[in-house]
Amino acid sequence: MNIRRRIVIVVGMFALFTAAVMLWAPTVGSTAISLTRAFDRSIPWDANVDAQIFFVARLPRVLAGALVGATLAAAGVVLQALLRNPLATPFTLGVSAGASLGAMLAVTMRLEFGLLGVTSIPLASFGGSIVATALVYALAVSQRRGLSTNVLLLAGVTLNAFFSALILFVQYIADFAEALRAIRWMMGGLDVAGYTPIVAALPFVLLAFGTFAMMPRTLNLLSVGTDAAAARGVEVTTAQRLAFFSASLATGAAVSLGGPIGFIGIIVPHLVRLLVGSDHRVVLPASALFGASFLVLCDLAARIVMAPLEIPVGVVTALIGGPFFLWLLVKRS
Amino acid sequence: MTVLRLLRRPASAGLFLSVLLLASLSAQQPKRIISLVPNVTEILFAIGAGPQVVAVSTYDVEPPEVRSLPTVGALVDPDTEKIISLRPDLVITYGSQTDLHAQLKAANLPYFDYRHGGLDHIFVTMRALGARTGHVDGAERAAHTLQAAIDAVKQRVAGKPRPKTLLVFGREPGSLRNIYASAGRGFLHDMLVAAGGNDVLSDIDRESAQVNTELILARAPEVIIELNSANRLNDADLKQVVAPWQALSTVPAVRNKRVLVVMGSGLTVPGPRVAEGLDKIARALHP
Repeated sequence: MNIRRRIVIVVGMFALFTAAVMLWAPTVGSTAISLTRAFDRSIPWDANVDAQIFFVARLPRVLAGALVGATLAAAGVVLQALLRNPLATPFTLGVSAGASLGAMLAVTMRLEFGLLGVTSIPLASFGGSIVATALVYALAVSQRRGLSTNVLLLAGVTLNAFFSALILFVQYIADFAEALRAIRWMMGGLDVAGYTPIVAALPFVLLAFGTFAMMPRTLNLLSVGTDAAAARGVEVTTAQRLAFFSASLATGAAVSLGGPIGFIGIIVPHLVRLLVGSDHRVVLPASALFGASFLVLCDLAARIVMAPLEIPVGVVTALIGGPFFLWLLVKRS
Repeated sequence: MTVLRLLRRPASAGLFLSVLLLASLSAQQPKRIISLVPNVTEILFAIGAGPQVVAVSTYDVEPPEVRSLPTVGALVDPDTEKIISLRPDLVITYGSQTDLHAQLKAANLPYFDYRHGGLDHIFVTMRALGARTGHVDGAERAAHTLQAAIDAVKQRVAGKPRPKTLLVFGREPGSLRNIYASAGRGFLHDMLVAAGGNDVLSDIDRESAQVNTELILARAPEVIIELNSANRLNDADLKQVVAPWQALSTVPAVRNKRVLVVMGSGLTVPGPRVAEGLDKIARALHP
């Protein structure tokens, strides 16, 4: 089959599935609502409970889930190719630990500031992710021989551990209730109750996706090896730098929106590869789409399985994703 | 021999035994108490055992007398070495401090194991501590005073309509994320009911629950009370604190401007000051 046709068909199928999930997800929840009433504009907004449940409680969650899921899955694909390591995740290079430390500090120091409607915790966590990214990059280029992916990986992993230790320390000296709230933040949550946080994260994510869109061929070559890529005319260092910064930026924005929701960045890319092969022209868009629908479905489970109580969405992604992935792995091999 | 002969006569035997009992009681009555639980420290001072307290936890601030006492860690980080070095004859611990319990047992130090319960549990704790520290009368007096203050609030709100209320004790600042509210049992739930509210989450059999916006929209509380540990907030600050709720404008509490911030640091301490917090919540619910 023509490769271009194959891309269109496979990605199209993933897009259809994601669209279906996103249309269906806001119609179900812990409460039964009437969609006719929700979309009836003759009822005043302040009196239309169904509309507020649909547009305030559910739709922002679905959109946030799609954005975060797509970002983490795509960033996972990019970093696995960049580091040539199947175990790489968007959180491997310290971005999420930096973000978590930022959020943790905002919670425990009771920082209350805002910028353009974005509140202190997402701002602080985004700031943390930027600091972590800058540190890891500075370490990776410190030997002045371009960007060393080995140093990148080791510096990232070490920084992750270092930030995690700081997180534990802050948690330990924090007030009990605050420590608990910070831990809860780290389990992930998408009940954003409005569109401002989503809109705030969107520019960074779009910028990253714009960069990702230019990269599939380069990633194909990079995942074979830097020498092979250079021989085929890839500006290796530039490509690595672009891949690293765009993936880190997008991850930082996603984590500041939904918390460090684990598992998606590693499981979705591998799952998609098991289904469609390893060509990044297919894997990258398909992973982004599947990441979106997967997280939306996990969040749906999070809000209805134990209703009226919620299960933290980060717990659900691991509980559903883990066994599902293992099943697929065993079945395929 | 004389003792044995004496013991054959029931009256003298009784006398002898009660003397023995008294002696052992006064021997057991602790003189050096260490409390690792702040609300229990408050109870100890209220029943008259304050002078026996020699050290407290790092979180203790009330009553003011404790601020000059040495501190020995707290719930998750008790300083066992310091505790033992202070030679206590009673240590107040929290139920989850199992490692500390083992260490205290090994050091042969007696401890009083406390766990939070409902509103009534304060009285149980008061009386149990009274018996354990030799202040039975003091405990009884403190219990009566507290009961009278609580009953006064209950009486004031009796017969008034009980609004469906959501009692929020935690929320991400500036947003409606990570909202924690009191659920169907425990201390906060008891407070809300005693203050004349109808807990909108009373069907959830837990002490607290993280509630999402959909649940709040569906349950439609008539009053939302937010507990805030700040002591004073001006009107402009208050407005800003409750502003995010405007997103849920179908909720009666939001529509009717009955999202109320109840301020104060000791509001939710299950101890002798509980009636003050109860009074504040009751006044918010029934102005």
